[in-house]
Amino acid sequence: MFRWIFISTLLLAGQAVFPANTLRVCKSCPANSIREAIRLASPCDTIFVESGTYKEGNILIDKELTLIGRGQPVLDGEGKTEIVTIASNHVHFEGFVIKNVGTSYSQDRAGIRVKEATEFYVKGNRVENAFFGIYLQKSKNGIIEGNEVVGEAKDEVSSGNAIHLWYCDNVLIINNKTIGHRDGIYLEFVNFSTVQGNYSERNVRYGLHFMFSNDDIYRGNTFHDNGAGVAVMYSKRIGMFSNHFEENWGPAAYGLLLKEIHDGQIEGNTFQENTVGIFAETSNRIVYTKNQFIQNGWALKISGGCQQNNLTANNFIGNSFDLAVHSAGTDNKFDGNFWSDYAGYDLDKNGIGDVPHRPMKLFSYVVSKTPESLVLLRSLFVDILNFSEKVSPIFTPENVVDNQPLLAEST
Amino acid sequence: MLKILKYSFYDLIRSRWTYSYGGFYLLFTLSLLWLSNDLSKVVISLMNVVLLLCPLIATMFGVMYYYNSREFTELLLAQPVRRTSIFLGQYLGVAGSLSASWIIGVGVPFALYGVFGSEQAGNFAMLLFVGVVLSFVFSAMAFFIALKNENRIKGFGLAILAWLFFAVIYDGLLLLSLSMLTEYPLEKFSLIASVMNPIDLSRILILLKLDVSALMGFTGAVFRKFLGTGLGMGVAFAVLLLWVVGPVMGIRRVAVKKDF
Amino acid sequence: MPHDTFLIEEMISIHHLHKAFGKNHVLNGVDLTFDQPGIVAVLGPNGSGKTTIIKSILGMVLPDEGIIKVQGEDIKGKWLYRNQIAYLPQIARFPENLTVAELLRMVKDLNTGTAHDSELIEHFGLHDFLDKRLGNLSGGTRQKVNLVLTFMYDSPIIILDEPTAGLDPISLVRLKELINQQRMKGKTILITTHVMGLVEELADEVVFLLEGHIHFRGSLQLLKSQTGEGNVEKAIASLLERRDS
Repeated sequence: MFRWIFISTLLLAGQAVFPANTLRVCKSCPANSIREAIRLASPCDTIFVESGTYKEGNILIDKELTLIGRGQPVLDGEGKTEIVTIASNHVHFEGFVIKNVGTSYSQDRAGIRVKEATEFYVKGNRVENAFFGIYLQKSKNGIIEGNEVVGEAKDEVSSGNAIHLWYCDNVLIINNKTIGHRDGIYLEFVNFSTVQGNYSERNVRYGLHFMFSNDDIYRGNTFHDNGAGVAVMYSKRIGMFSNHFEENWGPAAYGLLLKEIHDGQIEGNTFQENTVGIFAETSNRIVYTKNQFIQNGWALKISGGCQQNNLTANNFIGNSFDLAVHSAGTDNKFDGNFWSDYAGYDLDKNGIGDVPHRPMKLFSYVVSKTPESLVLLRSLFVDILNFSEKVSPIFTPENVVDNQPLLAEST
Repeated sequence: MLKILKYSFYDLIRSRWTYSYGGFYLLFTLSLLWLSNDLSKVVISLMNVVLLLCPLIATMFGVMYYYNSREFTELLLAQPVRRTSIFLGQYLGVAGSLSASWIIGVGVPFALYGVFGSEQAGNFAMLLFVGVVLSFVFSAMAFFIALKNENRIKGFGLAILAWLFFAVIYDGLLLLSLSMLTEYPLEKFSLIASVMNPIDLSRILILLKLDVSALMGFTGAVFRKFLGTGLGMGVAFAVLLLWVVGPVMGIRRVAVKKDF
Repeated sequence: MPHDTFLIEEMISIHHLHKAFGKNHVLNGVDLTFDQPGIVAVLGPNGSGKTTIIKSILGMVLPDEGIIKVQGEDIKGKWLYRNQIAYLPQIARFPENLTVAELLRMVKDLNTGTAHDSELIEHFGLHDFLDKRLGNLSGGTRQKVNLVLTFMYDSPIIILDEPTAGLDPISLVRLKELINQQRMKGKTILITTHVMGLVEELADEVVFLLEGHIHFRGSLQLLKSQTGEGNVEKAIASLLERRDS
C-alpha cells in the first residue's frame, strides 16, 4: 500500500514543483489538435481536450504532461496506426475514448502505449477495437485505473491483449474492465505489482496471465467466461486473494491454471461453474485455503510433479468431481476441508468427521483414462464403483485423503 | 380404452401400494427439504433417486399389477371390448397412477417450499418430467414382459433383470467397452450407446442441468454439439418418447396374438 | 329378442377347429354347432379341450385353424359379438379397490343393451355390499357378484365355466333357478362341469370331448341308451372304457 501513496505523492509533487499552465484543445481553440497542444505545452502543463473526434494518427506524449479529456473526446486511429504513445515520466492521461487501432502482424500496435516511463497515471479511458489496448513496456511505478478495453477478438492469432505489461515493476492495475481480447491482462517479467478489482470477460485466451513474474498480487478480480480465467506460469510468490472465477467452460478451460509456479498463496477465492476450477502442473509449496469450489466440473486437478502443497479450510460444494490427482505426488496435504459429498459422521461432535474422506473418486481416474466415459457420470454403476474403491482403494492414490474432513462449511 | 383406463386408475389410485409409494416420496422429500432447506440441493438428491427408484418401482408395479389382475382380465376379455384397449387401458392406469404418486409425493412438498417462481423451477420441472417418463417406460416394459410370460416367477425375474440391465449392467458393459477401445474414436459410440438406454438418457438430461461445467470439458466436437446445444435436449426428448412408444407397440403386438 | 330369430341361424358354429399350445395339440379339428335353445353340457377329462373350446368362442384363445361363427358372423378379429354372450368365468377375482357398484358400472359401460342388475342384486341379497370394496368381500359374495355380472344382460348365449365351483348350497340353488329361467327364455347355454349331478339335473344335450375330438354328441337319453347305463356318470365312464379297450 505504501508504495501507491508514494507514487501518488510523486505525481502530485511533480505538478506542484513547476508553475503549471493549462491549454485547451477544441475545433475552434487556438490549439485545435492534440499534437499542436503538446507541441505548445511546457512540462507540467495540463491539456484539456474538449469533446469531438480527433483523427491525428499517432500522438506522442514526450513531456511531463497531464492530458484530460472532457466529455469523452474520441481519438480515432482509423485502423492505421498506434494511437497514444506515452514516452515521458510523470504523464497523467485521463478520460479519452480511443478507437480503431489497426491489427498488425509486424508490430504490436496499441491504443495507449507507455514506453520506458515512470510515475504514469492512465485513468478512465475507453479503448475500443484495438489490437493491443494498453501496452506498458519497461515502465514502472505507475497506475492503470478504471479503464475499459473492449474488443471483438475471434482467435488468439489476430488479437492482442487488453492490458499488456512487459518488463515492468511496481504497477497498480485497478478497477479496469477488459473484454474480448486475447488476454485480459498480461504480465511478462513484471514484479512487485498489484492487479485488483478488475473484470475480465470473453477474452479468448486468459482473463489474466502471468509469465515469468514474481512477487505480484492479484485480488478481488472477477474472471467470467474467458478461454481460461487466470494462468500463472513460471512465476514465484504470487498472491491470489478473493477473486471470482466463473463459467470458464471448454476442453482447455480452467478457472485458474498454474504451471511451474512456486510458493504461491491462493486464499479466499471463489471458483464457480468452471470446467476445471484449478489446474495445477509442477507447482510446489502452494497454500490453498478458504476457497470456495462450487459446481465445477473438476474443482481441482493436480497433475504430476506437484509437491508440498497444502489444501485446507476450503469448501467443495456440488462439484462433478472434487479432486483429480494424476500421479501419487508425495507430500501434498488435504486435511481440514469441507466436502459436500462426505458421508461420514461425527460422534464426538467436534465438527470434524471421524472417518477420513477420500476426495478422489475412482471414476475421476477412469474419466482421465477414457474421457468419453464421462457420459456415465452419476450412474448407479459408477456409484457402485466409487463405493467399492472407497472401501478399498486400488487405483486412486492412497495418500490423497482428508484426515480431518469438516462437517460444516468452513467460513 | 378410456373406460378401462378410468376404472383401473380408480382401482390403483386407492391401492395401498400407491399410497405407500406416494407417501414415501412425500416423506422423503419433506424431510430432505426440512433438513437442508435448500431447494437446489434437494433437487439434486432427488435427481439421483429418480433414476434408481422410478424405474424399479414401475417395473415391479407393472408386473405385479398384470399378474394380480389376470383373472379379471379374462373377465374383461369376454366383454365386448377390443383386446388392445384392455391392455393399453390397464397399462395407462398403472403408469398414470405411478406418475400421480410421484408428482404428488414430490410436488406437494416443493410447492410448499415455493419452488414455482424460484430459479429451481426449470430443474424441478425436468425432475418431474424424468420421473414420469421413466415410470411410463418401465411399466410398459414390465407389462410387455408379463404378457410374454405366463409363469409369474419367470416374468417377475425377467422384469427385474431388465431393470437391472438398464440400471447397472448396461453401464458396466459400456464402461468396459469404452476402456477397452480407447484407441478408437469413441465419441459417437458412447453417445449413441447412452441414448439407447432410457435410464442413461434421462441421466444425461439431468447432467445437462447439473454438470454442464464438466460436460463442456469434452474435446470432441460431436459431443459438444450434442450436449452444448438444443440438439441434445431435442434428441433426448424424442428418443425418450420412442422408449415409451416401443414397449407399448410391443404390448399391442403380444396382446393381439396371445391366448388366455 | 323374439324366440324365432334364435332359430333362423345357428347360434354358434365351429368348423374344423385346431389348436395347439406348443407341442400339445388340444383341439384336432373340432366341428360343433349349437342351433337349438337349451342347455348343453360340455364334458371331458382334464385337458380334453373343454375350456379351450369355450375360450375360442369368446375370442380369448385364437384358433390355429378353423372358423368360428356366432350368429352367422365370423368372430375373427371382432369383439362386438360378445354383446351376445354372457360368460361366467371359473375363478372370480376383481380389482380389489373398486366397490361392487363401480364394478357393475364398469361392465355396464362396456356393454350395450339394458342391464337387469337390480333384480339380480335383490335375488342374491347383495344390496348391502354395493359400496364395499371388492377386496373385502368373502369368496361366496364375490361369486354372487360374478353371477350378477353374468346374468344381468339378456344375452342369447350363456357360457358357464364350472359354475358351481366354490358356491355354498343356497347360492347353488339360486344358480340353478337362474339357469332354468334362462332356459325358459329360449337361450343357448353351454356349461362345462365335472359335477355329473348337475348335468343330469340340467342338461338337454351332452358334448363329450376326448383328446381334442368330439367323442359323443347327443341328448342325455341317447347317451344313456347308447351306453346302456342308467346315469350320466356311469355312461361317461363306459365311454372312456370303451375307448380304451
